[in-house]
Amino acid sequence: MNPPRALFVDYPLGHTAGRPGQPDEQLKIVGEALRLLHTETGSGAIRQIALSWPEPWKSGARDRDHSRTIRLDAPQYERAADRLAHE
Amino acid sequence: MSDPSVYDPEPVDYIAQTRQTYSRLGYEPYRWATHGRSVELARPEKPLSLCRVALVASGGIYRVGQVAFHHRDDTSHRKIPGNTHTDDLRISHFAYDTTAARRDPNVVFPIEVLRRLASDGTIGSLAPDALSFMGGIYSQRRVKEELIPALAADLAAMAADVVLLVPV
Repeated sequence: MNPPRALFVDYPLGHTAGRPGQPDEQLKIVGEALRLLHTETGSGAIRQIALSWPEPWKSGARDRDHSRTIRLDAPQYERAADRLAHE
Repeated sequence: MSDPSVYDPEPVDYIAQTRQTYSRLGYEPYRWATHGRSVELARPEKPLSLCRVALVASGGIYRVGQVAFHHRDDTSHRKIPGNTHTDDLRISHFAYDTTAARRDPNVVFPIEVLRRLASDGTIGSLAPDALSFMGGIYSQRRVKEELIPALAADLAAMAADVVLLVPV
């Protein structure tokens, strides 16, 4: 990735646009990202948003298990009913 | 100064982790996609309040009725209408904990957030479709030759002024 402008959210993986059920926080993150468009930056600038996760999480993220899982090439539905909805 | 046991300002070094993992597994070193030059900075020609914004997300989001992503170098993408209710969004991804995203898809696919920004006039409009794909593709060539041209064609067809990329 080499985006022209980026906003870094220092949250656990899977929370790029904020915490679940926190629409105002999500709005702050997305709004701040979009405002970078009209902010004078150099190409490739990465700005960090002033938010911190409410509890310690990084030691777990640093120690997580990186062993490979088997990756299947059949559709991986979240719910069984989704398969029926598609068919 | 904040208590370091609560607030640790040092980012998690995922690059070092990946190097270690590959080494531990006996794989050849991971090869990141790199670009020899920086991207030319496009300056917006109009205010955000007049821009059509498109959402592109790599968190494996699909809409009920669509085929789910598979987990083995899936270079397809889904077009998700901008008015889709979040109850109809699903998440399928092998490389991150999807618990939060399944509870509230906005955390990786902020479609309701963008609708709010459109209705309060912060952005001009939301592009008709948001685009999503499965990020874990271990072939740079296939990303470049298959996925990226398809996304770019859809974005151009929708005449998006601004693209918000939400990676996971």
